[in-house]
Order: sequence, then structure tokens, then C-alpha cells
Amino acid sequence: MTDTTPDALKGLAAATPPSSIFVEQLARRSEAVVIPVAAIIVGLVIFCVFLLSLGKSPLDFLSLMVKGGFGNWFSVQNSLQRASPLLLTALCVALPARLGLVVIGGEGAVVLGGVGAAAVAVPLLGSPYFIVVGAMAIASMVAGGLWIGTVGALRHYRGVNETISSLLMAYIAIALMNHFVEGPLRDPTSLNKPSTLPIGKDYMIGAIPGMEVHWGLAVGVLACILCWVLIEKTTWGFAARISGGNVRAAQIQGLAVGPLIVGFTALAGSFAGLAGMIEVGAVQGNANASLASGYGYTGILVAFLARHNPLAIIPVAFLLGGIAASGGLLQRRMDLPDATVLVLQGILFIVILFSDTLYGRFKLFNPDLWLRNRQ
Amino acid sequence: MSDPTVIGLWGVPLAILGGAIRVSTPFIFVSLGETITERSGRINLGLEGTLVFGAMIGYAVAVMTGSPWVGLGAAALAGIGFGLFHGWICKFPKVNDIAIGIALMQFGTGLAFFFGKPFIQPVAPHLPSIPFGFWSSIPQLQAALDVNVLFIIGILLAVVLYWAFKNTRVGLIIRVVGDSSDAARAMGLNPNTVRLLATAAGGALAAIGGAYLSLYYPGSWTERISSGQGLMAVALVIFARWNPLGCFLAALLFGGAGALGPALQSVGVTQGYYLFYAAPYVLTLLIMIATSSRTRSLSGAPGELSITK
Repeated sequence: MTDTTPDALKGLAAATPPSSIFVEQLARRSEAVVIPVAAIIVGLVIFCVFLLSLGKSPLDFLSLMVKGGFGNWFSVQNSLQRASPLLLTALCVALPARLGLVVIGGEGAVVLGGVGAAAVAVPLLGSPYFIVVGAMAIASMVAGGLWIGTVGALRHYRGVNETISSLLMAYIAIALMNHFVEGPLRDPTSLNKPSTLPIGKDYMIGAIPGMEVHWGLAVGVLACILCWVLIEKTTWGFAARISGGNVRAAQIQGLAVGPLIVGFTALAGSFAGLAGMIEVGAVQGNANASLASGYGYTGILVAFLARHNPLAIIPVAFLLGGIAASGGLLQRRMDLPDATVLVLQGILFIVILFSDTLYGRFKLFNPDLWLRNRQ
Repeated sequence: MSDPTVIGLWGVPLAILGGAIRVSTPFIFVSLGETITERSGRINLGLEGTLVFGAMIGYAVAVMTGSPWVGLGAAALAGIGFGLFHGWICKFPKVNDIAIGIALMQFGTGLAFFFGKPFIQPVAPHLPSIPFGFWSSIPQLQAALDVNVLFIIGILLAVVLYWAFKNTRVGLIIRVVGDSSDAARAMGLNPNTVRLLATAAGGALAAIGGAYLSLYYPGSWTERISSGQGLMAVALVIFARWNPLGCFLAALLFGGAGALGPALQSVGVTQGYYLFYAAPYVLTLLIMIATSSRTRSLSGAPGELSITK
């Protein structure tokens, strides 16, 4: 501690030939990859122990998961299809998280986005394709953006805890959806499963050429890339990261924290709303109670696993889409209940949060420690 | 409420009164549990998962043993388990108690659905109730005053906790740990141990609240048993300013709001009754907006609580 700086710097320079700078960089960067991957593996091991204690074979589980989720082109497409709404709902968690907010009510934005899209589409039927689809997208993004933007505004201007308010608003959104779907917007011919009027085959969102996966996947991937650029490469993203780190510091710097929070949460909500629109336009064909099937909640897990990095969301959503895709196979072949996937997701979630405590604890990832030892 | 036309619209307040008592009971238990946990300086959002798991295990054990009380005990034990897990994992540095709560919410719910599948069909014995309306001949009044035992235990518990926080050594220890970890350490207390036990107690009460759902009202185990009571209780505790008696009153208010939809339905109002189902959530949100402030910290809030910092 008492050594004079110039000498220390000289020693440091002597001890680090240029090639090792690359190693140092690699070591620093790899922490953010190695720890989550290790956590996922530990989570899978814990789940295998859970299966063993129930007398089920973990090997069967692993092979079925690989086969059902990633084994061949068909199952990969299935996983991608399931990943596409998760890309958007994960952004609904990750964007506010960069500002230090824990927003977990994306489900509400998904549901209202779907209802909004269906409500706008029905009177426009007969117009050109892109007008209808464009109006649906805009309506869903406005609905979702207003919903989650409100959460951000309440947080900043009234000090209302965003975690709880977003979840309460998700329940309110689901009640609103039930009201619209069973009341004003109901298709009188939908008896068993109350739905809005169908948007019709001609206006459905088709598959990406050469695949059976709909265009929602491309939209989701594009949204993740745009969000990465927004956060990492623009001044808004920089300002958001500063306010996420320390609100006071950001305010002293003269950053408009309020508009930043409202803008980011509204953008986040509009992505979740878009997920609802894609669910209506590409899968369901109308808005019904299936909109509330948990994409918003799985999105929370995806965002946390990706450590709120929009680019990392892409592989993580694919992984969780694959786990969901293999759920049916697990049910049929291993006689496991459909909640198996939920249990596995819960275990992964806990392990990944627990792994937060490990950052900075390993010498391997901290070249400063090697260098100090070398001197 | 077989024939609401006999007493006409008087059926609505009666149904709301009876409904408030029925619907508020789980809120009382979960919010009292969360009060204990939050007073010690931690927040456990996972109580929603604990509640659902408590509902499942309570029902399952009641089916297997034939006794709802054994089921209730099993639920409480499971709740202690979840609470201990939350308390243990949160003692590690950099682990976020709110995020862990969200994870435990998903995990508890998933585990309950996983093991609960075989118990959707069988019928479990219900917890008993006390017919305080025996003196009346009006069936609606009798139904409204048919008070379940857990509601009465809940009132007593609220009073006891209120007294205990003020007047007992344990109450003081929990409050000190919740207000300042440093002060607690100076007193020779280990904040992590106190929070561990407080979270375990909170988990036990939340699971009892869940067991009430499956063993009394609505009185069966389904995967839709919880409508977010575990989460709303967290908001309710803030509204009640971490005061057990306030929790009881707030729970009654929420119960009344929750009973609004079914009560209107029972007298034949079918238009838009889905909106009335949103009443408890809207009420919670409005109360949170009204009682929060951008600049002041909440009065009565434990100093170490991450949600108000």
C-alpha cells in the first residue's frame, strides 16, 4: 500500500507483456458468461436430484429435453417459436432493470396489447394488409406502453413501488381483458371460449420464408438488437445506466431522470404489448384468455438469466423456449405433470439469483489480483 | 343466498359483510406474516408462492389424514421451510431479497402444481365455522355471520402481535434489527439470524392463509386458488404502516372489495362484473398512490427495508 505509484506502474508494465492484456480482458469478460452458465448447470443438477428423489431418471429427462427442444430442425423451430414472445417480454423487464427498476407486470402489457390489436383490427378489416397489421402493432405498443409507462411514472413522481404496482396492474389488465373479451368485443359465435371477432386468415402474420416460425421471431431479435444499441451506444442509454447506478448522481449531473424512467418503462411496455399483438396476429387469430398464458412471467426469468443484457436475451430465450417445447414430451414419455417446466424454471431462477453473490469472488476473473501476486 | 329476492337489495351489504369476513381471512394471515418479516428489515415477495404451496399441502394432508387441522399444521411447517430458505439465501451479500421473492413465487407455485395434480379430484374435510347468526331466521344473515375459526384466530393474532411488538423483548429485537443493522450488532444481536426467524414466521402465517383458501373458502384445491393474495398483502402491509391492527382493518377492507363482484352477481348484476373482480387490485393501487410520496419516506417504515429506501 505504501509503494510509490511510478515504481508500481513500472513493475506492472514489466510484468505484463502485450499478449497478456488480451488474457486479462478475456478473464474480466468471461466472468459474466462463466457464472451464469455454471449457474444453469448447477440448476439442472439440482433438478436432476429432484427427479431422482421422485424415482425418475435424470438421463431420460436430459435426453428428452435435448430431443424435444434442440434435437432436430423441427424441434429447434418449435423452440424458436416459443422463444419469440419471450424475447419481447424479457425486454419489458430488462430495460427498466437498467434504470434500477424491478418491473414484473409484463403480463398485463401482453394481454392489453393483444386486446388492443384485436380491437383495432376488426373495424379495419378489408383495408390493405400492411395498414391492418401496422395499426395492430401501433395499437398494441400504445396500450402496453401506456400501461407500463404508468408504472414508471407512478414510481418516479409518486414514489409507488414499481414491483408491486406493476403486478397489481397485471391483475387489473387481465380483468379488463376478461371484460372486453366476454363483453363489448365478444364474438357472439364464440361459445366455449369467449373471444373477439377473428382477424381472418388474410391478415395473419405469416412464417419467415424457409421456416415454420412466424415473423414474430425476427421482430423479437430485431427489438433485442435495437435495445442493445440504445443502452450501450446512445447517450440516452448512457444516461439511463447512470441513473440506474445512482439516481442522485444522475440528478446532480442534470439528467432528466423522470422522462428517462417514463420513456424506458413505456418502451419496455410497448415491446410486451407487441408480444401480445404477435400472439393475436400470428398464433390465436383473435384475442382470448389464452393471451394470459405466462409469457410475461417467463420473460422475468429470461431477463434475469440474461443479466438484463438485451443481446444475451436472445440465446437465453431460445434455451427457455426449448425447455418449454420439451415440456409436452416430458409429460408424455416420463409421466411428469405439466408443472415440471415451472419447477425447473423456479430452480434455475433461484440459482441464478444466488450466483449474484459470486461475482468478484474468484481470483481467476480478476487480473489485478494475479498481478499483485506476481510482484 | 338461495333466494335473494326475499330481502331484495339488502342482500348486497349482507353478502359483502359475509364475503368480507370470508375473503379477508387469508389477507389477515399473509399480511401479519409479512409484517413480522418486514419489521425485521426484509421483504418477502415469495409469500405468494408460499401461500399457493400451503393451500396445496394443507389440502393434500387433510385429504390423506382426514383432519383439516393436521393439514393446517403441515402447511405451516411447509411455510416455515420456504421462509427459512428465503431468509438463508438473502443473507449472502449482493443477493436481492425482492428478486429472490419473485423467484420463490414461481418456484412455490410450480412445486404446488407439480405435487398438487392428484389432489384436484379428492374432497378434503373443511375447517369448522361458528354460526353467530343462530338467533336470526333470515338465511342471508345466518350465512353472513357464519364465521370461520381462522378469522377469530386472526383477530387474536393481530392483537397479540400489536402488543408483542410494543411490549416484549422479542418485539423489540425484531424492531431494532429492522431499523438498524448496526444498532442491532452493537446490542450483540445477529441481524441475519433474527431475519431468518422472522421470515420463517412470516412464511408459516402465509401458508396458513393459503391452507384457509383450500380448506375453507373457496374450499377446494385448484391451480387457480390464489388470485394474488400473497402479493396484495405486501401492498396492504405498507398501507397499514407495519401495524398489525392496521393490517387487520386493511384486510377487512380488501375482503369487502373482493366480495363486491360475487355479491353483485348473487343479486343478478351480470353486466361488467369482471370489472368488479378488479376492485381489490384497483383499491390497492389507489391506496398505494395515495399513501406513497416522492420525497418523504413512509412514516413507521423499518429503516432497513429495501422497498422504502
